[in-house]
Amino acid sequence: MAEKHQIDARGSYCPGPLMELIARIKQAEIGDELEVLSTDEGSANDIPEWVKKVGHEMIESFQADGVWHVVIRKVK
Amino acid sequence: MKILIVGGGMGGTILANNLARRLKHELKQGKSHITMLSASEQHMYQPGLLYVCVGRMATDELYREQTSLLEPEIEFHVDPVTGFQLDQNEVTTQSGKTYGYDLLVIATGSRAMPESVPGLAENSVNCYTEANAVEMWRQVRDFQGGTVTIAVGVPHKCPMVPLEVTFVLHDYFKERGILDKVKFQYTYPIGRIHSLAPVGEWAKGEFDRMGIQYETLFNMKEIDGANHVVHSEEGTQSHYDLLVAVPPHKGMAVIEENGLGQSGWIPTDRHSLKMEGRDNVYVLGDTTNLPISKAGSTAHFEAEVLAENIAAIIKLGGPVRDYDGKVFCFIEAGSNRATYAMFNYTQPPAPRAPNRAVHWFKMAYNQLYWASARGLL
Ligand SMILES: Cc1cc2nc3c(=O)[nH]c(=O)nc-3n(C[C@H](O)[C@H](O)[C@H](O)COP(=O)(O)OP(=O)(O)OC[C@H]3O[C@@H](n4cnc5c(N)ncnc54)[C@H](O)[C@@H]3O)c2cc1C
Repeated sequence: MAEKHQIDARGSYCPGPLMELIARIKQAEIGDELEVLSTDEGSANDIPEWVKKVGHEMIESFQADGVWHVVIRKVK
Repeated sequence: MKILIVGGGMGGTILANNLARRLKHELKQGKSHITMLSASEQHMYQPGLLYVCVGRMATDELYREQTSLLEPEIEFHVDPVTGFQLDQNEVTTQSGKTYGYDLLVIATGSRAMPESVPGLAENSVNCYTEANAVEMWRQVRDFQGGTVTIAVGVPHKCPMVPLEVTFVLHDYFKERGILDKVKFQYTYPIGRIHSLAPVGEWAKGEFDRMGIQYETLFNMKEIDGANHVVHSEEGTQSHYDLLVAVPPHKGMAVIEENGLGQSGWIPTDRHSLKMEGRDNVYVLGDTTNLPISKAGSTAHFEAEVLAENIAAIIKLGGPVRDYDGKVFCFIEAGSNRATYAMFNYTQPPAPRAPNRAVHWFKMAYNQLYWASARGLL
């Protein structure tokens, strides 16, 4: 069964939200959803850019209370 | 109060010494007890491996006897933990012993896992263990020219190593007078050449000036050793004659085997440093799952907060402060220059241009480290 994982990368300057996602996606199964929480505005752009380049699926990206939520699905 | 510290590296050692000083009276009166279990009788200064891999430091300079670094009141055993029975407040060890505790701190560090990328272990060099740094030095010394490719796995210990290893290799080949025969190809997992945006900006200028080529959004997928090619997850390829890896890391196997955390990273509260779901278990250094740099300075600052809090729990009945995510990293920039980056959960870094003074301070810190491990600095 596909699982949902949350990656709390708020306040992460180094390694940063995208690097946290890259590390965690390796541990996930195909079909799993990963939601990255980030306080870094750049994440709303650089996570979708990477996800597209590698070929995973972007589900949604929104901001709530100063936190960006970027949700993706591992497809390969 | 029986305090058990598992791991005698940077975090564990600074914590134990700091705590022993704060609890001097309690230890003397037998009201508190500090025990440390570790996997080695030697304490290694890991940042020194960066100099070993270019022949600038001998391996024996990296070590001190662990007992020579610890306050005498600390009971120390080289007896690696094999089992954590957190519900019983006990750990079991390789020698078959059982150690009970009232309060447990886990600081077992992390390890490079080149074997987790197909072909990487057989076809690359790295500076993450003594044996690997020495082998890297041999291959670097014998290198007569061609493409040096730097490839970076995620997550990795010490975020500055990808840049620093590039700069020290550049210096080394320059000194040997063969720089015109060496092409550098630096790759990095995200869309800039360092995770810290201002450091990436600065390093880009340096790379352009030095003629170092770079490719971003490059995550190793597999290495084709026969054809000397690194294939990336993003579908691109990079040719190499010498492949220098910053391998992906995991926490120690014992952590995952005992179900404490996937890939050996223990879920940890970012402010209290408590293991999630446990009231008397704390986590320090590389082995946390916190979204901050796996660096000695992180372990150091966490250890200071934890020592103060554990002492306060004993003396005042509760912790007195939160860890704020503080990290400080030196950045060796080549040509005897260095800079540094300092940041926490809320304050971004603002590194200055590198200079010689910071480089010499870093060289001095390589010796001062031993005072720092003793908790004196
Ligand atoms: C090449 C290189 C360069 C670096 N440069 C820098 C730098 O410039 N600045 C910086 O801040 N950091 C740097 N670091 C990173 C730094 O060394 C680590 O982040 C730091 O040592 C982490 O501290 P720790 O206490 O979490 O783990 P460690 O220091 O790795 O200690 C782990 C301890 O746990 C013990 N252990 C392991 N398994 C068990 C077990 N089962 N039972 C009991 N004990 C166990 C080990 O023996 C060891 O004593 C560098 C690292 C490398 C490799």
